[in-house]
Amino acid sequence: MLSQQILNGITLGATYALIALGYTMVYGIIQLINFAHGEIYMVGAFVGVLMVTVFQQGLLVSLGAAMLACMIMGVTIERIAYRPLRRSTRLAPLISAIGVSIFLQTLMTKIKGPQPVAFPPVINDALYKMGPVEISKVQIIILIVASLLMAALHFIVKHVKIGKAMRAASEDYDTAALMGINVNQVISFTFAIGSALAAAGGVLVGIYFNSVSPFMGVTAGLKAFCAAVLGGIGSIPGAMLGGLFLGVAETLGIAGGFDLYKDAIAFTLLIIVLLFRPTGLLGRPIQRKV
Amino acid sequence: MDSIFSMFLNDYYIQVLTMLGIYLIGALGLNLITGVTGQLSFGHAAFLSIGAYTSAILSLKLHIPFALAILAGGLMAGLWGVLLGYPTLRLTGDYLGIATLGFGEIVRVVFLNMSITGGALGLAGIPRSATLTAVLFVVILTVWAMVRLENSRFGRSLVAIREDEIAAEAMGVNITTTKIAAFAIGTFLAGISGGLYAHLIQYLNPSDFGFIKSFEFLTFIVLGGLGSIPGVILGTSVLTLAPEFLRFIADYRMMVYGLLMVLMMIVRPRGLLGGVQLSRLFAKKKVQQTGTSACGGAN
Repeated sequence: MLSQQILNGITLGATYALIALGYTMVYGIIQLINFAHGEIYMVGAFVGVLMVTVFQQGLLVSLGAAMLACMIMGVTIERIAYRPLRRSTRLAPLISAIGVSIFLQTLMTKIKGPQPVAFPPVINDALYKMGPVEISKVQIIILIVASLLMAALHFIVKHVKIGKAMRAASEDYDTAALMGINVNQVISFTFAIGSALAAAGGVLVGIYFNSVSPFMGVTAGLKAFCAAVLGGIGSIPGAMLGGLFLGVAETLGIAGGFDLYKDAIAFTLLIIVLLFRPTGLLGRPIQRKV
Repeated sequence: MDSIFSMFLNDYYIQVLTMLGIYLIGALGLNLITGVTGQLSFGHAAFLSIGAYTSAILSLKLHIPFALAILAGGLMAGLWGVLLGYPTLRLTGDYLGIATLGFGEIVRVVFLNMSITGGALGLAGIPRSATLTAVLFVVILTVWAMVRLENSRFGRSLVAIREDEIAAEAMGVNITTTKIAAFAIGTFLAGISGGLYAHLIQYLNPSDFGFIKSFEFLTFIVLGGLGSIPGVILGTSVLTLAPEFLRFIADYRMMVYGLLMVLMMIVRPRGLLGGVQLSRLFAKKKVQQTGTSACGGAN
């Protein structure tokens, strides 16, 4: 029973981690809490639905299309709403992000209506018994896709030139620019990757819970953001750890009888962790300079 | 005095203006926390809801007089402000914002599951006691208090904390107490605002106080110009009235609202009146603008 709950928690946590990565990467470089990220995840899920229903595509093609569409969308949003505000106060881009979020949410409500849409069946679900736990085909797909994407991200960040540029920019934005790194390009790339991961998360969650709605981005976005902060915002392994931690904690909390307080579990954990480790589990301490 | 208002204004205008006044009180509270002291708070709506539920329950269940119920709501919100502020104000910048965001969501979920608040069904039948006159009185009182505070020793130490915490500490400002005091006053005002809201709308639902509402308040003060009282008044007025003026585009209202938010930030990232202070507007001739970065806020 416990191992079953932990497995369910890991599946949920893997989707949180996919969204959390976008928050953490963007924050790492431009210190912006991208509140529109949850909406990108929502749009990704809808693109997935569109690909399956209208274009009759399979899972992989739909997933790829959603990721591509959101990549373009993420880069466009950054270009229009955040780039002009790069040198202004910290709160200005934050407000701008909320504006984008309200815009996307109402736009989607206008197009698809406020009611949740069922995700069309793309795979024949089946249950497999593995010792004490049961695992569904959907869960296996989520875990495989999420691990592959995270492994790809890890490879890009550690070994590809643009990934090294990303790390340099998040270490020190100005010095990276002085060293000849095209910081604007790096930021666009960061938004592209983050949005693609969020879109993948959206499609996977859509399949898992069999429901997609214009308002799904709000709670999921907030929780994923919590996960990013829990793990230490700005840290990529932190976001993965935070996501899994949060997913497991939430599932165990529901199993433990706190189902009414389901949405508060993440935030309670967040506050507790912040009190003891003010920069999250894997975050670096803030230096106070005079 | 209400009869005078109703001679010139129809019920709709009175409702909108009363709402504007109520939001203004809450926005001035947030301005003290975020604009003047520079402490990011994403959980302002939670304090509004604490004040709203406290005063509503007091007047519904115990039939406490209106003014006392509002005051009790404010005090309750201020108390929770201190309780939250004491451990979290040690966090810096965005982390404080995140912790308050979390607190806001927790409060919403708790209210959703309590029996005395009516849970998801909401709390209905609150007497409509918040008249335009009463609200106007509180607004004037709040603005006066804020202007006085801005130029007091305490107000200056708040600005010092915003500009440079370490320097302020070196100059003998007790960072923790001062921050908590600012947080307490700001959340107290949020509670007052919430109480008035409850006694105007006559119905409370936890989902009305989600994090979107907190951000609405943040937008009010950022759009007007952080740390500037006339800015807060202007920003709150523009953003409360804008959705009313945008009613003619019906369904596209919120879409345009979102776009406007982005556009206004791009055009004036420091807010409409960023750095303008009421006292400076009326001062005859100021020798020289001191180099404060009143746009600063939560840097």
